[in-house]
Amino acid sequence: MSTATAGPGRIGWALADSWTMTRRELAHWARQPVQVVVGLVFPVMLLLMFNYLVGGGSGVDGDNTEFLVPGMLALTMAFGLEGTMLAVTQDLNKGVIDRFRSMPMVSGAVLVGRSAADMLQSVAALAVMTGVGYALGWRWHNGTAAALAALGLLLLLRFAMLWIGIQLAMVAGRPEMVQAVQILVWPVGFLSNVFASPESMPDWLGTVVEWNPMSATATAVRGLFGNPGGPSGSWAAEHAELLAVLWPVALIAVFFPLAVRGFARLSR
Amino acid sequence: MSDAIVLEGVHKRYGEKRALDGLGLTVRRGAVHGVLGPNGAGKTTAVRVLTTLLRHDEGRAEVAGFDVRSEAAEVRRRIGLLGQHAAVDEELGGRQNLEMFGRLHHLGARRAGLRAGELLERFGLADTGRKAVKQYSGGMRRRLDLAASLITDPEVLFLDEPTTGLDPRGRTEVWNAVRSLAAGGTTVLLTTQYLEEADQLADRISVIDDGRVIAEGTADQLKATVGGDRVDVVVRDPGRLGEAAALLGEGVSVDTDRRLVGAPAPDRMRALTRTVRLLEEAGIEAEDVAVRRPTLDEVFLALTGGGSGARAPLDAEVAA
Repeated sequence: MSTATAGPGRIGWALADSWTMTRRELAHWARQPVQVVVGLVFPVMLLLMFNYLVGGGSGVDGDNTEFLVPGMLALTMAFGLEGTMLAVTQDLNKGVIDRFRSMPMVSGAVLVGRSAADMLQSVAALAVMTGVGYALGWRWHNGTAAALAALGLLLLLRFAMLWIGIQLAMVAGRPEMVQAVQILVWPVGFLSNVFASPESMPDWLGTVVEWNPMSATATAVRGLFGNPGGPSGSWAAEHAELLAVLWPVALIAVFFPLAVRGFARLSR
Repeated sequence: MSDAIVLEGVHKRYGEKRALDGLGLTVRRGAVHGVLGPNGAGKTTAVRVLTTLLRHDEGRAEVAGFDVRSEAAEVRRRIGLLGQHAAVDEELGGRQNLEMFGRLHHLGARRAGLRAGELLERFGLADTGRKAVKQYSGGMRRRLDLAASLITDPEVLFLDEPTTGLDPRGRTEVWNAVRSLAAGGTTVLLTTQYLEEADQLADRISVIDDGRVIAEGTADQLKATVGGDRVDVVVRDPGRLGEAAALLGEGVSVDTDRRLVGAPAPDRMRALTRTVRLLEEAGIEAEDVAVRRPTLDEVFLALTGGGSGARAPLDAEVAA
C-alpha cells in the first residue's frame, strides 16, 4: 500500500524506527518533568546523606568525600536496573506494545529506544552527581582522559544493568516483581565497596564484596579519578580495571541476547 | 481474487488449555465478518494470531494472501488493529501518537504529519491539542485508537470487541466508522459479545465456542437454525395453558411463569389468523398474540448451550 519499499533500506529503517522510539521516551520526559527531576535528585540525596550523616565510617585512609563520590556514581549506575525494569514492565502491560508489534516497524527498535533513553538519563545523572560532588570538594586528579575513561566504565556498567532490567521485565514483568527488585537492589548495593572498604569487613564478607561487579567498577573509577580506595590489596582489587570491563561485558553477553530473544518471543 | 482472511484448522494451546481447537473461517475481500462468542471462546486469540501478535501451533492462517507466520512483515503492512484495550500511548497527545505511528509505518515525517492531521479531523479530535490521551473520555480514546489503526488505509481491519465499555453514543460512532470503512472496500473482521452489533454490521457471522466455529452464516440464516418465526400467545387463565398448547399442535413451547405458549409460524400472517381463530373457537382468552422473529440472542444461547435455564424450551426444539 502506501508503505515505501524503496528508501533507506533495512538498516536505515532500523535507525529511523529506533530514533522514533527514542523520541517517544524523550516526549514522555517532556510531559513528566517532575519525575525526571526526582530521578536525578534521588541519588544526590543519597550522596548528601552518606557524606554528612553517615560520613567517616568507610575505613579508608584519605578524604571520605573523595572515597564516597565515585562509589555513589557506580551505585547510581547499578540502581538504573530498576528504572529500566519498571519502564519496560509498564510498557509491556499496555496495549500500545501490541500496536508496535502489529506494525511493519523493525521490532528491536522498541528496545533500542528504551536503551537510548536510559543511557541519556544516566549521562544526565552522572553530570548532576559529579557537579554536586565537585561542590562537596571531590576532585579528579589524573587528568581529563582518565576521568573520561572512568565515566566510560560507569556507563558500561549501566549498559549491562539495562539489559538485565529488560530481561527481568520480560521474565517477571509484573508490578509486584518490580517492587521486589527495587527492594533487593539495596542489599546488593550495600554488599559492595561503595560505602566502606572491604578491608574493614570480615574476610569472607570482604571477598564477596570485592567480587561484586559494582565494586570492580567503583575501585577502577577511584583509581582513574585518583581518589582513595583505588586498585590495591587483593587480586580482585589489583585487577579492578580489567574486572570493570569484563563483568559488564560478560553480563551484556548473557542478557542482551536473552532480552532480544525474549522480546521476539512475546508472540508465543 | 483470493480471500482476505483464511483460517483452516488453526490450533493454539497453552499447556493443557486449547485456546483454538481447529478454528476455520474464510472472509472474502470487502466483507464485514462478525465473530461471536462468549468470554474465553477464543475470539481474542484468533485476532492475535491473525495480526501476527501470537504464533499458532498448527493450521493455515493467511491475511491478504500472506501467511501470518512466514510472511508476518507483509501482513503487518496491510492490516489495522483495534484491540480490546486502547493501543495508544496514553502519556502522549493524540497528534503525537498518530505522527509516531505514521513514522513507524514509514510514511516519512512530512506525510506522517499530514496523515495525523487528516485523521484527527475525521474523527473529531482536531481540537484536543496537547492533551494527554489518559485525560480523554472513553469514546475519544476509542476514536483515536481507530484512527491509529487506519494510518495506512489497511486492506484488512481487525476490531476486537470495539465497543466494549462504550456508552451508546460512542458505540454509534464506532458503528458508523465501521460502516463507512466497509463501504470504502475495507475488509473488516469484528469480534463481539453483542449480538446486536454483529446483526447491525456483519455480512456473515461465525459463532465460536471453545476455540471452534459452531455455526456460520448470515444473521437470517442463523436465526433460521433455531426454527424461524414464531407466534407467541399469552393466555389469561393459567389453567388453560395446556389446552392452548394442544390446540396449537407441533413444536409448541410452554412457559408457565409468563403464561406463554409459542408455536412455529412459518407462514407468519396465516399462522397468526389461524391461532386467533382456534383460540376463539375454543373460548380461550388471550391477552396478547404476536408473531416475532427469533433474536440472535436466542441463536447464541441455543448454540453455545447457555440456555439451560429460562430458555429451556428453545433448547429442546433445537435438539429435536
